[in-house]
Amino acid sequence: MDDLLHDLYRNESRRVFSTLVRLLGSFDVAEEALHDAFIAAAEQWPTQGVPANPTAWLVSTGRFKGIDRIRRDRRLLAWEDAGIPVETLAGNELDVEQWLEQAGEIEDDRLRLIFTCCHPSLTQSAQIALTLREVCGMTTEAIADAFLLATPTLAQRIVRAKAKIKAAGIPYEVPGEALRPARLSSVLRVVYLVFNEGQASHNASLINESIRLARLLRQLMPEPEVIGLLALLILHDARREARRSASGEVMLLEEQDRTVWNHTLIAEGSALAQEALSQHGFGAYSLQAAIAALHGEADSLVTTDWNQIIGIYDVLLHFEPSPVIALNRAVAIAMRDGPEASMDLIEPLLKQLPGYHPAFAAAADLCRRCGRIDEACQHYRKAISLIRHEPERRYLHQRLSELVIEK
Amino acid sequence: MKYLCLIYLDAENWNACSDIVCADYAQQITQSQRLLAAEPLHATHTATTVRVRQGEVDVFDGPFAETKDMLAGFYLIDAKDLNEAIQIAAGIPPARYGCVEVRPVRQLQLDQPDVVRSADAMPGA
Repeated sequence: MDDLLHDLYRNESRRVFSTLVRLLGSFDVAEEALHDAFIAAAEQWPTQGVPANPTAWLVSTGRFKGIDRIRRDRRLLAWEDAGIPVETLAGNELDVEQWLEQAGEIEDDRLRLIFTCCHPSLTQSAQIALTLREVCGMTTEAIADAFLLATPTLAQRIVRAKAKIKAAGIPYEVPGEALRPARLSSVLRVVYLVFNEGQASHNASLINESIRLARLLRQLMPEPEVIGLLALLILHDARREARRSASGEVMLLEEQDRTVWNHTLIAEGSALAQEALSQHGFGAYSLQAAIAALHGEADSLVTTDWNQIIGIYDVLLHFEPSPVIALNRAVAIAMRDGPEASMDLIEPLLKQLPGYHPAFAAAADLCRRCGRIDEACQHYRKAISLIRHEPERRYLHQRLSELVIEK
Repeated sequence: MKYLCLIYLDAENWNACSDIVCADYAQQITQSQRLLAAEPLHATHTATTVRVRQGEVDVFDGPFAETKDMLAGFYLIDAKDLNEAIQIAAGIPPARYGCVEVRPVRQLQLDQPDVVRSADAMPGA
């Protein structure tokens, strides 16, 4: 019984939660109701048997527990002026079991939850914290840890965001056709940023949660950019093991042992990238996935199809004219035509990206390969001063000290 | 829910939208029964700021805060939720030249004077 409840909690609790938010109209009441429902299950199922549809039972029980709480807790009455009187909630005796059988309802609730947590009227840091807390069910402590923040700071960020959702009337809905493209891109951005942070800090739970989210989104809303983002994350994650040496040091693409890349993931990611690009409406994530797929399919830097990669970067720049993409393109050109070829491209980008350490690390590497040692040292020092994560800092320090010894 | 849409414009764009254009839009949202009130304001150099300290009325020339973007008018609307309010705000003509701040209207809590709702905790408090 413990195992069953444990599995249900792990696999179904956020799904039940997302429906309870809709039925009860409040994140906090839904969270408490969810826990009440699991406590009731632990008490009742051993003697009364496991219900035919445990998820439906949890939703139904949670809903009644939630309404009880609202009635009991006088302080919550202020919530009535949000427009949902308790009587309405309690009065409509809907048959939850029957309603659950209506295909899609519960999946829609998960999308509603995701779109609400990523509403653009919340700051991006609040969107990320809320999504990890409410959609993924990560604890506040784990999220704070991952983002190097004090737990109370992160907790306050979540409380404020929930208060805004309630006070400003952010609806619990999947936005309609007109708003959907913009809103979806804010959702995808959150997933992408969580993955990036996971990679930068080597935090497996952030990486895994972001990929789970992308898989869920792909299942619920299989639009080209959703598929493209999933492909991109999977392809990057396929190189997870090769990114660090046995002693935990950073390994750049050129130094990675390609035999430890996860080729099952590369195959899955490449197929997804192709699927995304074959549809109308693909964008920057799908194109980045295509580039990652070309890297994944090559067995060395020399055999990498740099022509095609540079071609995709050109298209990508057209979609999203950003200096970071221009930087990556310049690095690809250096790989194809030699470091001298991209020095002129890199210089102006450093001015546009004054706080972006990978730009200075890339410039340092190019200068080193051209034999411009003084400039290389200068760029390494700048990159080191900008970096947040220790392994990357150690890596650059090592490169810098090698150059200083050479001199 | 009621929302107050506050329109801000800088000096350069103060007259960017003609009254006819603004009246047209107000008419549109009146017809969809979303508009409770809307008024344009005279420029900030016509403003007077009043405050009372120790029973004394202090009167100042000018707006409460001197900023580049100045309050130019308001729409008080009744919308289903923030998404609808954002859609209405995005249609307000000066949104193309300045910006529109959308603020949910709060109800006074007369029956429970001690209750502080979490959303009302001041930022940074």
